[in-house]
Amino acid sequence: MATTEVPQGAIGQRKIRKEDPELITGQGRFIDNIAVPGMLWISIVRSPFAHANIGGIDTAAAAGAPGVVAVYTAETLEFAGPLVMAWPINDQIKNPAHYPLTKDKARYVGDPVAVVVADSRVHAKDAAELVVVDWDPLPAVTDIKAALADGAPIIHEEFGTNDAGDWVFSRDSPVPAKNPAGPYFEDPDLVKIKEEYYLARLIPNAMEPRGVVVDLSPAMGEFTLYSSTQIPHILRTTLTITVGVPEAKLRVVAPDVGGGFGSKLEAYPEDAICLAVAKTLGRPVKWIEERSEGYLATLHGREMYQQIELAATKDGILKAVRVNLLASMGAYMRIITPGIPMLGAWLYCGAYDIEGYDFQYTNVFTNNTFTDAYRGAGRPEATYAIERAMDALARELKMDPIELRMKNFITNDKFPNYTIVSGLTVDSANYTGTTEKLITMLDYPAIRAKQAERRASGSTKVIGVGFSTWLEMCGIAPSRVLAALKYIAGGWDASTIEFLPTGTVRVVTGVSPHGQGNVTSMAQIVSDQLGVPFENVEVLHSDTQISPLGLDTYGSRGLSVGGVALYKAGEKIIAKAKTIAAHQLECSEDDLDFAAGDFTVKGTDKSVNIAAIGFAAWAAHDLPDGMEPGLTANHVYDPPNFSWPNGSHACVVEVDTETGKVDIIRYVAVDDCGVQINPNIVEGQLHGGITQGIAEALFEEAQYDEDGNLLTGNMVSYLVPGAPDVPSYELGHTVTPSPTNPLGVKGVGEAGTIASPPAVINAVVDALAHLGVKNIERPATPERVWRAIQEAKS
Amino acid sequence: MIPSEFDYVLAESVEHAITELASDPEAKLLAGGHSLIPIMKTRMGRPTKLIDVGRLGLAGVSDGGDHLVVGALTRQCDLERDPLTTAHCPIMAHAAGTVGDRQVRHRGTIGGSCAHGDPASDQPTIMRLLDATFVAQGPGGTRQIAAADFFKGFFETDLHHDEILTAIHVPKTGAAGWSYKKFLQRQLDWATVGVAVVVNGSARIAMTNMATTPFRASAAEGAFTSGGAAAASAKADEGADPPSDTWATADFRRHLSRVLTARALEEAGAK
Amino acid sequence: MRPITVTVNGQRHEVEVEPRDLLAYVLREKLGLTGTNIGCDTSSCGACTIHINGESVKSCTVLAVQADGQEVTTIEGLANGAELHPMQKAFTESHALQCGYCTPGMIMAAVSLLKDNPSPSEDEIRHGLEGNLCRCTGYQNIVKAVQAAASGS
Repeated sequence: MATTEVPQGAIGQRKIRKEDPELITGQGRFIDNIAVPGMLWISIVRSPFAHANIGGIDTAAAAGAPGVVAVYTAETLEFAGPLVMAWPINDQIKNPAHYPLTKDKARYVGDPVAVVVADSRVHAKDAAELVVVDWDPLPAVTDIKAALADGAPIIHEEFGTNDAGDWVFSRDSPVPAKNPAGPYFEDPDLVKIKEEYYLARLIPNAMEPRGVVVDLSPAMGEFTLYSSTQIPHILRTTLTITVGVPEAKLRVVAPDVGGGFGSKLEAYPEDAICLAVAKTLGRPVKWIEERSEGYLATLHGREMYQQIELAATKDGILKAVRVNLLASMGAYMRIITPGIPMLGAWLYCGAYDIEGYDFQYTNVFTNNTFTDAYRGAGRPEATYAIERAMDALARELKMDPIELRMKNFITNDKFPNYTIVSGLTVDSANYTGTTEKLITMLDYPAIRAKQAERRASGSTKVIGVGFSTWLEMCGIAPSRVLAALKYIAGGWDASTIEFLPTGTVRVVTGVSPHGQGNVTSMAQIVSDQLGVPFENVEVLHSDTQISPLGLDTYGSRGLSVGGVALYKAGEKIIAKAKTIAAHQLECSEDDLDFAAGDFTVKGTDKSVNIAAIGFAAWAAHDLPDGMEPGLTANHVYDPPNFSWPNGSHACVVEVDTETGKVDIIRYVAVDDCGVQINPNIVEGQLHGGITQGIAEALFEEAQYDEDGNLLTGNMVSYLVPGAPDVPSYELGHTVTPSPTNPLGVKGVGEAGTIASPPAVINAVVDALAHLGVKNIERPATPERVWRAIQEAKS
Repeated sequence: MIPSEFDYVLAESVEHAITELASDPEAKLLAGGHSLIPIMKTRMGRPTKLIDVGRLGLAGVSDGGDHLVVGALTRQCDLERDPLTTAHCPIMAHAAGTVGDRQVRHRGTIGGSCAHGDPASDQPTIMRLLDATFVAQGPGGTRQIAAADFFKGFFETDLHHDEILTAIHVPKTGAAGWSYKKFLQRQLDWATVGVAVVVNGSARIAMTNMATTPFRASAAEGAFTSGGAAAASAKADEGADPPSDTWATADFRRHLSRVLTARALEEAGAK
Repeated sequence: MRPITVTVNGQRHEVEVEPRDLLAYVLREKLGLTGTNIGCDTSSCGACTIHINGESVKSCTVLAVQADGQEVTTIEGLANGAELHPMQKAFTESHALQCGYCTPGMIMAAVSLLKDNPSPSEDEIRHGLEGNLCRCTGYQNIVKAVQAAASGS
């Protein structure tokens, strides 16, 4: 596919962000900065046990403590229904009713059991310590495989098992694979490999802890809920169901939100508790999560066992992939928990043109915090498995890992719209192009030479290089596809453009950015398309009263769904403005050119600017007969396909064989997210995403003791990397516009996190391959690396 | 994130602080607060009274002849740059620069760190390495405690409840070679293992996070005298009792201590 | 409750505090200076970094009573009226922030770093910011911003 030029105008420019002025001066409006007169504070009493029956809860001492207004338990705080789980993946699923406060039994450390409401943060916290729970601890299980073993403690008795149901590609996928994988694994002429990986449980760590503030008008029965959330619209709908406040009486606002990464894509117990308490007491309330509390109360990500098998010819033609996963749900299913592994279901084939495919996963309950979407959700897991396995296959075949990949890529001549082995249609990609560019930037032969030199010298500092070539389906998502996948909502998004009489343009989007810079990139789109100054465009979002239609931000959809909705609204604006311009200029619409905001009668200097048309439309003194006043347009865009970005990453590491310490000495990435609206923002997303992936690969892991206590329960012991722990990255890109949308854009929010973990681990394994090391579980901590070396030696 | 309730007293003199300490068995001294306040925020520690000694002027480094007199409230950031420290005890200045992060070093004090008795902290190791002497003042007057006797156990020192650490006498290291090798997973972390050495013919070796107290590797020191760095490295962990935690197992810490001892001795030899 | 006097961003304040009130909360809730964010409870993340007497400190690890009589500068006091501090300017121009939650603390830490080391190397910048965590940017553009502020460009 041809690489095209970046369009002219505001699109493609490195605009300074419109979001920044308040954030660099300390004027951000984060959740803990919101206060309402008369507001009460909520503190939540949580289970200190991973699994324990509740004999009773004595709230008397807490209720009598200074400043305490009320204390609630599951017996006394009423809900209209359980928390909403929106992705019942098939008929096999076992979905326990999950109420915001647990009644008879706690199922993870942190499970909420009581709520203290007091006149101050301090009083609420002090009194929470006085709630006495009669705990009867039960054996707990936190390992996925142990939870499936005979005799394991059963977390939800009503099911009699911790097996929460499976999802089998051949049975459940709405699109069939080209061929089943089985026969390829029976073919004696093919080389087969089987790899097993464990993906550690991760804690997202958005820098802003969560929080909720509820304001209300008791007389009107109206509620405003401020939450540090990625999903104000979805939250409004789910809270209506759980708390019983009519949806039209509930306004949800996401103020400035300090990062999400999926961790704020949730209908949390605390959202429902705060709304229910405000409703019950008729008073405004506030809850702010403490970080260590958040390590228990905010969703976790990733944890799964993976088994992946490849079948290939002896000369390295990949024929089939077969995958089986065991995925941890934690103790409950939250909003899309059981579907997370499915988001990778069509991607374990990687960017390779193969013939046979099978995939299945089993969901398992464990006594941990629930898992749910964490940056990439399902797709990093898929990329990790196939890209680690491709390196294993290369070793088996004694082939260079890049040569093996190049041999198997779906080539550019197959596009647009090529149906991959798992049955989905990829609209466009440039797998060979990003890889070729990567190899050039990397100077691959020089790195291999350096590696050989170090090995020959017997140095204890060995070099390794690892690759990861990735594709993903993002821009979530076509509503009909989501229906076929049994997700209960749609995947469209909405935008409104309104010309104000004084010449500025108000844009309302249904996505809910929290760091992605959509206010800036959307203003660039409008500026470019409508020819209005970038400075004159205001983008509003994240308040259900301002933006009644929307499905929020996750799955790299902000631009590829919300941005396209905006562009389509812009097309409607131009059409209406053109009609008005033709009326004003007394010509036919066909005689008008539109450029840089001016409608000009062809071949003349007669023109009118769109801002002037905006005023004329508002004044409505002289509009064409029958035309509605106002220059405003709304568009709800349901994408016809996913967005399909791709890229190729390389990581070069130096491993100290004496200590096991891994240093990343170079990280090179070439990505293709189609047209870049603002390259600064694209690069920023990649920097952050790559870093989060490196964190998965080298640092981060939720560790538990045998009783189910989280040992890495704060920022001291859970190793979020700092500035000295990661390098600077070398980024390149190719531009293959998406043919699916008129902007040519593809999502980029999750790209880095999808790509980097296998690149890093492949590099570490490559560095130690000459010693016989074939696998290192992630995170590749110094001790794990050192032990892998010792085991290979012995 | 909110400590439990306590009383606060701003000490007007060392004697005042001692009187206040004596009056409440659950009272604690507050210096820079960077060991104490984090524990109180999570309510792992619940002192009933804090006696703030931060304004008693117990900071600064002076020349005591063969040793430096380091005020207990000397901040890590000041030790990092102090001309007497960098000239006469560069390993202490260097170690100060590796404590926590810049913000922590702007508040945290050497006395506070030592009195906290955390075997994962850096300066206790350096004090043990250099055989520093701790000066403590109590109701009955002043006494001196050798580093070997000062660190008694996990978060436990020889200081009595009603005593205040006022100064530390840190022997000058002269022209001796030195090194402090700190193995970190993240730069922000406490040392998984730290190995400090001073070499001047013979070697002194002390370690961070290798026992319930700062660990003096006597076996390795002896081995160095007889067999040099390789022998010292082989015996680095003899007598150690390292913890197993989320960063590393005890076995891996033992291994690291051997590697770091070899590296530290090599670096010290080159200095 | 105890009265303390503290000068914040050049303005003298007399406030009543409980001994257990952390300076971060007093700044945020008693003085209305909510630019100082709180990101953890273990003195790890640095989001709450301010200056006391010109030096960077984590305001979640200082009792308000300890700040009695001291000079405090917060992110709100960094700009000179409408004119941004060079570090604030460098952060926005280098796209060194995304969600912006760590940003006030990061900027305050970076300003303090340059005071001690006016022309740091990349490595010195990364180590100098070891006490401040960011989850969005991967630090690369933060390093770039500090370099830009250091070189006055």
